[in-house]
Amino acid sequence: MKKTEPSRAGWYFLLIIIIIYTLIAFLKPEALLPSLNFFLGVIINVIPMFILIFTLMVIINRFVSPQKLVKHFGKKTGAKGWLIAVITGIISEGPLYLWYPLLSDLQKKGVRNSFIATFLYNRAIKLPLLPLMVYYFGLAYAIVLSLVMIVASIFQGLLVERIMEVKE
Amino acid sequence: MDKKLKQAIAKSAKAMYHALPVLIGVLLLLSLASALIPKSIYSSLFSKNIFLDSIIGSGLGSILAGNPITSYIIGGEFLKQGISLAAVTAFIVAWVTVGLVHLPAEIMLLGKKFAITRNLTAFVLTVIVALITASIVGLL
Repeated sequence: MKKTEPSRAGWYFLLIIIIIYTLIAFLKPEALLPSLNFFLGVIINVIPMFILIFTLMVIINRFVSPQKLVKHFGKKTGAKGWLIAVITGIISEGPLYLWYPLLSDLQKKGVRNSFIATFLYNRAIKLPLLPLMVYYFGLAYAIVLSLVMIVASIFQGLLVERIMEVKE
Repeated sequence: MDKKLKQAIAKSAKAMYHALPVLIGVLLLLSLASALIPKSIYSSLFSKNIFLDSIIGSGLGSILAGNPITSYIIGGEFLKQGISLAAVTAFIVAWVTVGLVHLPAEIMLLGKKFAITRNLTAFVLTVIVALITASIVGLL
């Protein structure tokens, strides 16, 4: 399937959002400042992650060839690929959308969609946040949910790949 | 600096440049939703049916987005208000795994078919994960 050309579509998307903001400025001006304050706060928070992800992309582009990626994360990869997708999903930090450029790069290089889906699903398990989850919901809950999510993430990876193959 | 490193930096910068307007747009959308939707209205959406509430929780978590800490805090408040653990679980899992606000970015960067399939399956799985988790925790 051909993807939307990101260079243009992205700018059109941003333009639509700016138009929405302009309308909000006229229709509900009291919501504008809190929105922009929230936006600035998030931007400041994500800058370190943005730099980290950019560095990861440079390292992958410099040292890892598409052939190597396909060998380790391609169609014929077994348990090792799943394990890496689960572990990297759990240990990866920052908002989901910040990982899209790197994942898009990996997808173009031949990494299986199932591993990308599994990686994204495991982003719900965050080790630094586990104490907070224990505080709100209890230890048993945090352990059970984490284990169920790991199993579900692999199932989702397989499901996404299967559905995409059927559609093709 | 070696030539391959320069090429790697240029390639990565180009990919990031293409992603930038989408990421900024998603962040602006998130900020707008956060300012326009009062958090107090969320709990009024739930019924007392565990299965239906799990779907509502998953739907609510799919629409909202942000730091997972926020979902834990809101989820904790939901529990205090008597909303079922399954519904709260669906809410906090969907908060991170399904992203309606992120969907335009995911479509543009990972492909329409992948993004829609992934989000739909994640939505359904979130309900299943929530029901299984709540059942096991209930047995412990």
